[in-house]
Amino acid sequence: MAPAVVLEGVQKSFGKLEVLSGIDLEVEEHEVLCLIGASGSGKSTLLRCVNLLEPVDSGRIVIHGEDVTAREVDVNEVRRRIGIVFQAFNLFPHMSVLKNVTLGPRKALRVPRRDAEERATELLTRFGLADKRDEYPDRLSGGQQQRVAIVRALAMEPDIMLLDEVTSALDPALVGEVLSVIRDLAQSGMTMLIATHEMGFARETADRVCFLDQGRILEQGTPDRIFTEPVQPRTQEFLRRIIEAGRM
Amino acid sequence: MFTVLALVIVTAPGWDDFRKSFLNTHLWWSSFPDIARGFLVNIRVFCISEVLILILALGIAILRSLPGPVFFPIRALAIVYTDVFRGLPTIMVVYILAFGIPALQLTDASWYRSQTYWSIVALTLVYSAYVAEVYRAGIQSVHPSQEAAARSLGLSRWQALRHVVLPQAVRRVVPPLLNDFIGLQKDTALLSIVGPVEAFRQAQIAESANFNFSVYVPASLLFLALTIPLARLTDYLIERDRRRFLASGGV
Ligand SMILES: Nc1ncnc2c1ncn2[C@@H]1O[C@H](COP(=O)(O)OP(=O)(O)OP(=O)(O)O)[C@@H](O)[C@H]1O
Ligand SMILES: [Mg+2]
Repeated sequence: MAPAVVLEGVQKSFGKLEVLSGIDLEVEEHEVLCLIGASGSGKSTLLRCVNLLEPVDSGRIVIHGEDVTAREVDVNEVRRRIGIVFQAFNLFPHMSVLKNVTLGPRKALRVPRRDAEERATELLTRFGLADKRDEYPDRLSGGQQQRVAIVRALAMEPDIMLLDEVTSALDPALVGEVLSVIRDLAQSGMTMLIATHEMGFARETADRVCFLDQGRILEQGTPDRIFTEPVQPRTQEFLRRIIEAGRM
Repeated sequence: MFTVLALVIVTAPGWDDFRKSFLNTHLWWSSFPDIARGFLVNIRVFCISEVLILILALGIAILRSLPGPVFFPIRALAIVYTDVFRGLPTIMVVYILAFGIPALQLTDASWYRSQTYWSIVALTLVYSAYVAEVYRAGIQSVHPSQEAAARSLGLSRWQALRHVVLPQAVRRVVPPLLNDFIGLQKDTALLSIVGPVEAFRQAQIAESANFNFSVYVPASLLFLALTIPLARLTDYLIERDRRRFLASGGV
């Protein structure tokens, strides 16, 4: 079976600044891959490129065997199969939780309203948000908002989930509830590409960890190998800083 | 302060003349029914133009927000439109359309010869240019991450605009929109210069019949009766938004 995601020589610049300098990466079906790396190393940009929110300058991205960077590709169709969750939640503030979750299925997949609402309610219940169905986002805690954002992405029944530092904007006390949702997803076999600063979480949940440095994948391997015996000096330094900052 | 001002006015050399020609209460009452009837024309013109403006301006704002080089010509047209109609004095646009177009005698239809009709068109064209800018500011005030979130769900560009960006944009611009409508309400008096007998024109007629300016007082009061509530509503909405913003932890 073809890998879920393949990146081949993906290159991306913003003006003069080269953010991704030739990324080669394969993510297998059901694999959980964590991207770690310093701020500005290009993690978010990589995820946004996979979801075609940013066009790549050169290189290819192949999803389930289909080159999605080809010209004639229907980007909306590709995005429907890939869920993304952002650091800042990005819920729609003018819609109730239920509307947030059903908007995608109803408008992009043309699911009838009743079916979409039924499915949304199921998902919200599964993630302990059933009683928040009719609330507006600004009445929820950060952790609840982020869980709604995850449910909103899941409602599209994606094959792949991209998570971009989904706990960075949260109160430390609320990080746990969101991470446990992601662990759940990992156990259910969801293919995931996760950018994170939560090294403990990466270590315990990831099948593989990639260290991103200045737009390149400098080192990758099993979490045990990366965290206990990193080979590259820059990976060693990055991890030492994390440990010094008490974040692992 | 007001007492001083009042004293200055009543002791002014022309006070007696002023009182005769502006404060004739008998004329206030006798001219009121005709002027009020004229004012119905203002209200009708205002309501029709307002609906047309809301629609046309939204269209222009959307065209101006189209991204990418493909839409450059459309964006350029929308920019030319707003520049031209914001730049021209309203009174000139009313003149040109209400006198110019019927003068071309393109058809004999009654709507074509109606100055009221062309005045509505003129007000719509001018005010749409302003209101389009208000809408556009609203659209731009919605953070791009909102559109990204909508697009990431597989919504098309239009669907993202329609369901996510516009509803938030419109909510934010209600107070400035109302502000523009206060201006529009006043500018309906411009109809008087091209013929239709609205409140101001009716007052002019009454003035020349009586050689007295007092008739402008009821006309002014009618305009105020409409614009002041609009102004208070605007203030109320602005204040409500500000409180909501503070409550949601804004800085
Ligand atoms: N839309 C943009 N326009 C210009 N520069 C951008 C844009 N998006 C990202 N960048 C730049 O690209 C670089 C990589 O950003 P990116 O957000 O991918 O890093 P990151 O690894 O996710 O960092 P962090 O851990 O802080 O989230 C940064 O220098 C950033 O300033
Ligand atoms: Mg980032």
